[in-house]
Amino acid sequence: MEFRKFRGTDKYLTSSALESAVNCALALERPLLVRGEPGTGKTQLAEAIASGLGLRLIHWPVKSTTRAQDGLYVYDTVQRLYDSRFGDGDVKDIRRYIRHGPLGQAFASRDRVVLLIDEIDKADLEFPNDLLHELDRMRFVVTETGDEVIARERPVVVITSNAEKELPDAFLRRCVFHFIEFPEKDLMARIVRVHHPDLDQRLLDQTLRAFYSLRDVDGLRKRPSTSELIDWIAVLRRAGIASVELDAGMPFLGALLKREQDLIAFAEAASRGRRPRA
Amino acid sequence: MFVPFLYELRDRGVRVGAQEALSLAQALALELHRGILDGFYEVARALCVHREQDLDAFDRAFAHHFRGVPDEALALTDELLEWLEQPVAKRELTELEKELLERIDLVEARDRLRMRLAEQRTRHDRGNRWVGTAGTSPHGSGGTHPTGIKVGQAPGGRGALEVAAERHFRDLRSDVTLDTRHIEVALRRLRAFVREGALDELDIETTIDKTARNAGELEIALRPPRRSNLRVLLLLDVGGSMDPHAHVCERLFSAAKRATHFKELRTYYFHNCIYGRVYESAGLIRGIPVLRLLQDCDPSWRLIVVGDALMSPWELQSSGSRWSFSEDSGAPGVAWLAHLAQHFLHAAWLNPEPQVAWYGTAEVIRRILPMYRLTQDGLLEAVHHLMKGGARH
Repeated sequence: MEFRKFRGTDKYLTSSALESAVNCALALERPLLVRGEPGTGKTQLAEAIASGLGLRLIHWPVKSTTRAQDGLYVYDTVQRLYDSRFGDGDVKDIRRYIRHGPLGQAFASRDRVVLLIDEIDKADLEFPNDLLHELDRMRFVVTETGDEVIARERPVVVITSNAEKELPDAFLRRCVFHFIEFPEKDLMARIVRVHHPDLDQRLLDQTLRAFYSLRDVDGLRKRPSTSELIDWIAVLRRAGIASVELDAGMPFLGALLKREQDLIAFAEAASRGRRPRA
Repeated sequence: MFVPFLYELRDRGVRVGAQEALSLAQALALELHRGILDGFYEVARALCVHREQDLDAFDRAFAHHFRGVPDEALALTDELLEWLEQPVAKRELTELEKELLERIDLVEARDRLRMRLAEQRTRHDRGNRWVGTAGTSPHGSGGTHPTGIKVGQAPGGRGALEVAAERHFRDLRSDVTLDTRHIEVALRRLRAFVREGALDELDIETTIDKTARNAGELEIALRPPRRSNLRVLLLLDVGGSMDPHAHVCERLFSAAKRATHFKELRTYYFHNCIYGRVYESAGLIRGIPVLRLLQDCDPSWRLIVVGDALMSPWELQSSGSRWSFSEDSGAPGVAWLAHLAQHFLHAAWLNPEPQVAWYGTAEVIRRILPMYRLTQDGLLEAVHHLMKGGARH
């Protein structure tokens, strides 16, 4: 069987393991479940797959109040009531008041799309289970009209999750799993280069050294991640700073550490005079 | 060819079954592994591992099965970590031994190990990614400690034992996610919905009714959304006799922490019996007076106490624990328990010990607070009891 393989894009660097996982998901037509520390590029992966394969991306950000049903369709009763009162259009036609959610749009789309179900662990405990059937069969019925929405082209489903909540076994078994490891220095240097192509090599070395030492400081609640490093370098360059040293007076520390306790923990580590291990 | 490998995985606790075997066969048939062992490693990992906690076990199984490399290089770290996980068993160490232990620089040891792994990688080049992966796995076996605690370098000169012991309760929020799910499911039943707050939900029934009464003129009726209104107070015993149960308590704790349907959850710790104070940390520091706690928590809060209720009788009768540094609490422990039981309309005691062990002090406490086993069934019963309408125990 032939299928288009994912190879990463010039904006998104992948590892061979990640490519394998994506290609498994594509070939077996299974959802790809991506986990990893916040800021390691889970969401960007879906964007990269979409642009790499030339497909449209449908983004479904999950919140604590999101229900599985919202992803399929919403029946807009209020609009219908309103129209019945003020006589706008044909109220008898229920279909006019059925709106597809992200999953519904992905199924109904003419072309194959990439559907990103972002941060699935944010929702209710049963949320993943409620989606199982629809994701398996790639079809659902609109109860109000009896219409069945069937996916012509199975969408590429990418699901991200912060490791906050355990997902149900039945759900996990259906997914291809990939854990994005935190990049090592070499890969990180390449990633930074993608975002800041003309960055001075000396500043790159210094920022990376400071960054990895900072990640090793004891007692940090939220360790800075890739996205924070890239932001930090952007700020440094804007401000025209050419060199940094890891100490309490490090410029724009707020771009890396977002919590007050973390700033305090870092200040303590720095004032003990013992440089955190790199 | 890979079926024995799947059994190897199962032996190491990675729960794979027929579904994984079939997916793997399908992937191999599609040549997703590109015909090389590296590719097979990646494909098998993507399909057989479902949670990052299992990645390490997978790597070890793979290395063992396909290279015949017994995981020697990893054994050192494993041994150390395993040993650190049971600080309690090491209480019998002499002072001298403890001192020696503190001198071991674990970070250095780990660095050495990492170097050895790196050497191996360059020697075999490209071919043995699995060993390399093991080395950089976020779960520690190849050198990175799961929580990044630097035992040898603890701030403020605390001993390794102490730091390691702290992991008990801190970790469970991140690490011990296994099996917490059924606790979460049980806790889900612990909820009470009320409608309060802003009117932002359309009440369709009432709207239709009002519109009909209004001769077809549309009349919209709104109502506040249903929200859970349940507050929970969780008190955990961290006494010495609770150590064997630390894991199950951790699970309960992390499940409760993650439950999104409590309006509020407060957790405090105590040692053996509750006296005048409970503590914010498992290390029994930052105590707050029980009386102030009762001012904050009105009787509608659900009280859950977790403990083995095992202590010497005098601990129940005395007005201060020999463990606490605080002054006399003014009333015996048993009176404090009775006070709590009287304050809260709904309260339950969860006991990790089997029912046959509920004698002595447990028998006394049972009469004050209804006691349930800390098992799936017991938890469900307790939750059922906590939800019973307004009934005092």
